[in-house]
Amino acid sequence: MFGFGGKTLRVNLTERKIEKGKLDPDLIKQWLGGRGFIGKILYDELPRGVDPLSPGNKLVIATGPLSGTFWPSAAKIVFGTKSPLTRGYGDSNLGGFLMAELKYAGYDLIILEGASAHPLYLFIEDEIVELRDASRYWGMGALESEVELKKELGEAFQIATIGPAGENRVLYANINHEFGRQAGRCGMGAVMGAKGLKAIAVHGTGDIPIYDPEGLIQITKSALQHITSQPYFKRFRLYGTTDITDWCQGMGVLPTKNFMYGQYEKAEQLAPEPMREKILVRDKACFGCPLNCANYTHSKKFSTFIDGPEYETIGMLGSNLLLEDIEQVQYLNYLCDDYGVDTIAFGGTVAFAMECVEKGLIKKEALDGIELHFGNFEAIQAILKKTAYQEGVGKLLAQGSRDMAERIGRGSEVFAFHVKGLEFSAYECRGAPAMLLSFMTSDIGAQHTRSWAIVQDMDMGRDNIQGRAKLVIELQTLRPLMEVFGVCRFPWLEVKLDFGEYVKAFNAVTGLGYDKGKLFQISEKIWNLTRAFWAREVEDFGRKYDLPPGRVYEPLPSGPAKGLHLTEEKVHQMLDEYYRLRGWNQNGIPTEAKLRELGLERIAEDLNKLGKL
Amino acid sequence: MKTFVLHHDKCTGCSLCELVCGLTHYKKNNPKKSAIHIERKFPSPGSFEIHVCNQCGRCKEACPSEAIIERNGAYFIVPEKCNFCGICIEECPLGVLFTHKDLAYPIKCDLCGECVTVCASEAIQWSE
Repeated sequence: MFGFGGKTLRVNLTERKIEKGKLDPDLIKQWLGGRGFIGKILYDELPRGVDPLSPGNKLVIATGPLSGTFWPSAAKIVFGTKSPLTRGYGDSNLGGFLMAELKYAGYDLIILEGASAHPLYLFIEDEIVELRDASRYWGMGALESEVELKKELGEAFQIATIGPAGENRVLYANINHEFGRQAGRCGMGAVMGAKGLKAIAVHGTGDIPIYDPEGLIQITKSALQHITSQPYFKRFRLYGTTDITDWCQGMGVLPTKNFMYGQYEKAEQLAPEPMREKILVRDKACFGCPLNCANYTHSKKFSTFIDGPEYETIGMLGSNLLLEDIEQVQYLNYLCDDYGVDTIAFGGTVAFAMECVEKGLIKKEALDGIELHFGNFEAIQAILKKTAYQEGVGKLLAQGSRDMAERIGRGSEVFAFHVKGLEFSAYECRGAPAMLLSFMTSDIGAQHTRSWAIVQDMDMGRDNIQGRAKLVIELQTLRPLMEVFGVCRFPWLEVKLDFGEYVKAFNAVTGLGYDKGKLFQISEKIWNLTRAFWAREVEDFGRKYDLPPGRVYEPLPSGPAKGLHLTEEKVHQMLDEYYRLRGWNQNGIPTEAKLRELGLERIAEDLNKLGKL
Repeated sequence: MKTFVLHHDKCTGCSLCELVCGLTHYKKNNPKKSAIHIERKFPSPGSFEIHVCNQCGRCKEACPSEAIIERNGAYFIVPEKCNFCGICIEECPLGVLFTHKDLAYPIKCDLCGECVTVCASEAIQWSE
């Protein structure tokens, strides 16, 4: 079994039982790794209808065949669960060093089940695996507890922790690592907190067996040569994801004031150069990455160090909240990380709340004295703290924008920016139909990574929808393979490392001899499996869960995309085409024929029994 | 004589040097079997420090088993002669002789330069 440590851990928090097992070679052949493992295990092991915050839900952690190997940017570990925020399939990946460490300890897969009433952390050092008392860490911020755990265990340990928000089951609580890296989306931290697990600490010293080490060295050296010789290499290393802040502003897709606008008149200070000048400490990389997109920053004003803010955070906590000062954004980023909440979901939720206040849909008396309006930095801090601790009005925000809009009603759903309950990443889409379709159809909700099609939108014409469904499916087939292999997509995306090279590396590491077609087929199989999971778990699941908030039908009031908007007809046309190309029925459920073609016969039977097909 | 020049401020902590070192010398995908080590100082001050041998030769002088030899300015450990007494590790002024539980002798840089070839940051470079 090449490319894997070969061992699994099943950890039952209720019984405090740890069961070691061997990784099933069939699981690798059929599902490859990462989110492939996660989808398969969640589908097979979770009882239908399980409450995401109950002991019956599971938190699955998986590495991929390339993760931890000598391949550029092979740093990704994937967390998966039935999401408390969306109540459907959820996964979220994390860079940094946790994955490598776990794989060197020999483990490819951890399944966390049950729940402990007493705070615990999972300790892993090669063969030694223990559940240890975490009462002295419970209540600490995620960043603080990482520092403290390293003090206790040593710098050699890699740590993943939750903050108070995870402990208090804020639905979009995240898992933190490396002082600023997160498994940010879908509420992984809330599930970890509900299980009574504060942290995971790993140190490993073993080898990862490679099928063809000489071959891998050659392929990787040539990949590195390609990467470092690309014209965009140097600039991307300087700015990372923040480099697109300017671009988004220029194109009018920078979310501003809860996605009312696509341009922010005071975006200058949020731009990459002033940010670098003002707060950068140093460039920082995840494991094995020549692109070092991370901007490790320090705010003198607030005395805070953090890895970030990334573009998505600048959009969601900066322009979308009408904050112009990058140090304020950095500080909010720090607070979100330490409390352990997703900056994207919190940014989207608080922007929604601000608009509700502006429109009189949330009464001022309900705000615990907080003057919540756009641009009020102090108010955002105050409400973030209340959210993390589920106090007063924070209880409302802790549910995310979908549940808030359902509770508030009165037309507020039109400007609640989520799909399937997951808040939009930072792209205003009225002049970007493929990006909108990407958000609508992503299998975890409105997340940008499964298909980031906004650049293609500009080339294909912003006011038409031609070819978008095909493009989005192509991206949703290739990109998720990165989260299957356990690698970052940036060498492919930013400096054009050909996907064929990934296939070569995959085969040098595993010896499986799969071609691109086979890998794409498995990716499509995973996509259909996660869709089937949604259909199984959500009673009335179908097309209506793929629809965007109504604001996308209103013309953009300003900017280069002024006047552009989608119509309901166009949105449904895109979905019609998308479903047809996917081999799904007109309600967006995989057909029996498609499931059988992909070898998912048992799932076809399940859905048949439930009357879904 | 060729040696390495280290630019700690350019290092991004990616570990590619550690990975290629282990792969080159032991044919193992394992950065823990590396003769170069990146120290991380986070969250504050937020910096990296590169630890690697500068071929001063103090280990050769200290070795009671004559298990360390010099060739073209680089000092090598001869595993067959090494009895893993640990004196070289103690005597190393930079603390850059490392150990791993799978290996019965210290891990030491032999100046092969693979780390230089994979470092995208030019944090480790050759100097004539």
